Amino acid sequence: MPTLTARERPAKERPAKQRPTKRSGFTITRKQNLIGWGFLIPAALLIFAMSFLPMFQALIISLRTGRGANMNFADPLWMNYERLLSDSVFKLTMQNTVIYLVIQVPIMLITALVLANLLNSRRLRLKGFWRTAIFLPCAVSLVSYSMVFRTMFSNDGLVNDVLVGVGILDTPVHWLNETGTARFVIIVGLLWRWTGYNMVFYLAGLQSIDPSTLEAAKVDGAGPIRTFWSVTVPQLRPMILLTVIMSTNGTLQLFDESFNLTNGGPSNTSMTMSHYLYELSFRNAPNFGYAAAISYVILILVAVLALIQMRVGDRRG
Amino acid sequence: MADMTVPTGSALLDTLPSPANGQRRRKRRRSAASRWRQVPGYVFLSLAAAASLFPLYFMVVSATNTSRDVLDSRLLPGSNLLANLESLTAGQNLVGALRNSAIIAVLTTVLALIVCSVAGYGFEVFHTKAKDRLMAVLLMAMMIPFAATMIPLFQMFAEVGLFNSWWAVILPAISTPFLILLFRQSARSFPHEILDAARIDGLSELAIFVRIFMPTMRATYAAAAVITFMAAWNNFMWPKVILLTPDAQTMPMLISNLIAGYVTDYGALMLAVLLASLPTMVIFLLLQRAFAEGITGAVK
Repeated sequence: MPTLTARERPAKERPAKQRPTKRSGFTITRKQNLIGWGFLIPAALLIFAMSFLPMFQALIISLRTGRGANMNFADPLWMNYERLLSDSVFKLTMQNTVIYLVIQVPIMLITALVLANLLNSRRLRLKGFWRTAIFLPCAVSLVSYSMVFRTMFSNDGLVNDVLVGVGILDTPVHWLNETGTARFVIIVGLLWRWTGYNMVFYLAGLQSIDPSTLEAAKVDGAGPIRTFWSVTVPQLRPMILLTVIMSTNGTLQLFDESFNLTNGGPSNTSMTMSHYLYELSFRNAPNFGYAAAISYVILILVAVLALIQMRVGDRRG
Repeated sequence: MADMTVPTGSALLDTLPSPANGQRRRKRRRSAASRWRQVPGYVFLSLAAAASLFPLYFMVVSATNTSRDVLDSRLLPGSNLLANLESLTAGQNLVGALRNSAIIAVLTTVLALIVCSVAGYGFEVFHTKAKDRLMAVLLMAMMIPFAATMIPLFQMFAEVGLFNSWWAVILPAISTPFLILLFRQSARSFPHEILDAARIDGLSELAIFVRIFMPTMRATYAAAAVITFMAAWNNFMWPKVILLTPDAQTMPMLISNLIAGYVTDYGALMLAVLLASLPTMVIFLLLQRAFAEGITGAVK
């Protein structure tokens, strides 16, 4: 299983570390092997107890109905999943989440890529300032920035004051109370918060690109834009794949913005899947079985999209 | 994606002065041309920096203004900072929330750094086929959305009576595949000669880790600390689920509560947001260089 071992170090380097212990090689290697397990066990146990075990428990819960101590297996077993198909709120939250994903992630990643490329230029002045300024939004919590945007986009807030003052708008827009604009504000917020974060990953990737490939492109007469798309971007492919998977994963789990910035409104049209799951689990009459079924839809979406992205990333690479 | 954008690139290429065209011109002209070519870059960077910084400026200024002034889009510092602080502490347990957030974030960061760096080092230095396989399994946990584990975790912590406990927030955040991967990748650049020499000198494996690996990997630790502290300090959904009493609430929960009423005091709200943001911003600014180094080191 070459894909599972995930190691690239050539085998010839490995015997070196065992050489000094050659005389009693077997026992010492074995002892080291055991010590190695000792190093891994705490982390591995925690991940099993806090991620894998609950994940399987959630699957079982998703097959059950009832409350509290009166949870029984549903009849038929897939009842909760069947109910999803006719739940218009669920479909709406799924649609909202997909809209955020499809619009926001590409804009963000392309912007981050362009910014990283500009910052990587040797002749650029004030490099540190640009990098810090663009990354700084990442230091603000999701709840905090949601509140800042909520304030700026409130009915008599800054954005309306400026747009009406400049004459772009005649009357204030109720940004957070209309479907299209509420989604728009969430997307703008996400772009603001996460573009710099992805830029840092691209910057790190750019620094490991061999400058001679860029020189070669220059010698061959390629301009900066051509060099960027044909030489830089292909070499950044692993990093682009990583950021695409991270952003997809993050977007499918959006909660804080939906909860704090728009509170899912108006009438659930900006609510995300995770937000709906929270409402079902911990508001009014909790329904853990049904909520767990929704959590499995999110899980499957994340896994399927990651698999597709990895396959596409591999084939191009 | 690349296929679609290449034509755009070559179309734009024709409109730009390429190095080949300028080769015969004098050096001075060429450097002037290349300076002009940088202008769009500077414009784009300026716009991005302004867009990034403005909401932060708005946050800082609004924390010193009255709610009325915030809505009237006053963009200059005001004199209402203390009054905002008073109205914030009157309605909420601000000190308690800051303390809870700080304890949770610091404990999470310290424990996560220890557990994950030990594991990352172990996966790299003592690697065997079985351990590589375990790593592959652990990496799959990166794909598990928190929503899919939240309900069972809630029941689990409820069973052992850890409602309202810091540990219920800390325990699920200690061991993350991302951090283990970060440390394993940077352990790759750790020279095996040093390991061998230390072993010949009779140092125990743990001593090698503590006395040699940890000090040389300072940049990786800084990057991991920034990432973990920010995530722990800013965590919202899980604390909101498991911390039920007002005394146990964290800063993000407090902020979220400020908009619960019919009338929102925007000055006090922006002050709370500012107070919640200061620690993470200061930590990022202090560790910024090491953070970038740590990420880059892990990528190479």
